[in-house]
Amino acid sequence: MNLNGISLLFLFALAVIVGLVMVVGTSFLGKWRGNKARFIPYECGLDPVGSPRSRMPLKFFLVAVIFIIFDIEVVFLYPWAVVFRDFVADGKGVLMLVEMAVFLGILALGFGYLWVRGALEWEE
Amino acid sequence: MDFGTDILIALGKVVLIVVMVLNLIPLLIWMERKGAAYIQDRRGPNRCHILGIRLGGIIHSLADAVKLVTKGSTSTSATFHPLFVIAPMISLFVACVTVAVIPFTEPLVIGDFTFQFQIADLSAGLLYVIALSSLSVYAILLAGWSSGGKFSLLGALRGSSQMISYELAMGLAIVAIFLVSGSFRLNDIVAEQGAIPWHWNAVRLPLSFILLFTAMFAETNRLPFDLPEGESELSAGYHTEYSAMRFGAFFMAEYAHLVVGSLIVTLLFFGGWHIPFLSSATLHAHASDVLRILWIIGGIKALLLGAFLVRHFVRRKGYWGDLRDYEFLVFGVPLLLVGLALAVGFFVVGPVVLPEWASRLLVFLLQLGVMLAKTLFFVWVFIWVRWTLPRFRYDQLMRLGWKVMIPLGLVNIFIAGMMTMYLER
Repeated sequence: MNLNGISLLFLFALAVIVGLVMVVGTSFLGKWRGNKARFIPYECGLDPVGSPRSRMPLKFFLVAVIFIIFDIEVVFLYPWAVVFRDFVADGKGVLMLVEMAVFLGILALGFGYLWVRGALEWEE
Repeated sequence: MDFGTDILIALGKVVLIVVMVLNLIPLLIWMERKGAAYIQDRRGPNRCHILGIRLGGIIHSLADAVKLVTKGSTSTSATFHPLFVIAPMISLFVACVTVAVIPFTEPLVIGDFTFQFQIADLSAGLLYVIALSSLSVYAILLAGWSSGGKFSLLGALRGSSQMISYELAMGLAIVAIFLVSGSFRLNDIVAEQGAIPWHWNAVRLPLSFILLFTAMFAETNRLPFDLPEGESELSAGYHTEYSAMRFGAFFMAEYAHLVVGSLIVTLLFFGGWHIPFLSSATLHAHASDVLRILWIIGGIKALLLGAFLVRHFVRRKGYWGDLRDYEFLVFGVPLLLVGLALAVGFFVVGPVVLPEWASRLLVFLLQLGVMLAKTLFFVWVFIWVRWTLPRFRYDQLMRLGWKVMIPLGLVNIFIAGMMTMYLER
């Protein structure tokens, strides 16, 4: 029987309960004295102009896309890193390091391309 | 031992560890306020009291909790309610769940009974932490988008792109640890470092430590990188429209992340539960001597501190003219009594020889204490940095993340790889 899995399930259930009690449960405790001004989004006292969900720079989206690519590359590194010591013990360390250098070289090429094209520039 | 007992112990551990982490939060808030105060040359919180007992300001945290729980929850006319309520819950969920794989001590073995102070001993432990802690991006993004305020949305966008950028740097920094220790399991990573300080990863992989620690600040949204909630720019960032305990959930989650981050740094780079120069085997062999030393030091400290507090009471008698005068006695007298009891006990009982189970228990508690002390030190470093450094500008932040930390992380992998080859040979 998998005790780790059961413990994790307990923990997840407890975390959900803590969240429900603290966020939903306590909202019945407070007394809510409402007036119209309470519903206006906070913008330092001025009346809001335009939609609150207005258009945003594409830059943030670009960062997310680049992140996904690089994050998957990093995930590929993990299994290599864990078995690396065993290969060194077998005397194949240099081979493994060179192979990873090739992989990271391709990654670095793409990174350099992004850099040159200005995908990482934030000052206009 | 039957299966039912195992389940009960597992449930107990889950509750104990979650309660432990959640109860550290008021203490950390107090630490943060006092630290900020003394860095800024003021006294900090010292007014709240229960019957004149102020505990140096800890009661303020209690007052805050009561206030947050009993306030009304507000929302705006543009709020999208389902996500607005779910977002703080995600934040708290992540904060509670990431402690699951943290080993606080070595397993306690008494006879054929084994107790491990860890919720789940996963073989992919560190991956679990990375995977679940990256879920907190959702909390920030959903909170900011669903609030329906411009400040919230801006804070959420900044926060999410900052967190994912620094997650890359963190992921690259961790590769070096996997290279050196050859395992995802946190127990193995700690055991591999051993008790000698220059075998700890902070000394062997300094670049990795710097990268990971810096990324940790960005992940927890703390001050050099607190762009998502920069007060002077976005009023409160992604939680501008939140109030009452919905805000409190974000607040608690930030400090819980702080605790988990410090635990991770301690485990990965500073030998976890190991006491410098004293390996577990040495401690087990000399448990009786260790107890004797602790006994003497504890007794002397309790006596000195108790005497100091009582002397303080005597000197300042009548200063306030009310119950507050007796506040020092609350700690002073029990400490003095404990110190006296320890001193008398030491001479009456004389040299004790601990049985096997007691020595194991002593080592277990000692290592737990050392682990928590190291963790609290790193929490203090987080606080210290927050009140020392100014905030980055957003383009500087992204430049540091993408153009400095990621190339350094790639270089670091090769350094660690070559070092592993050298060490294995």
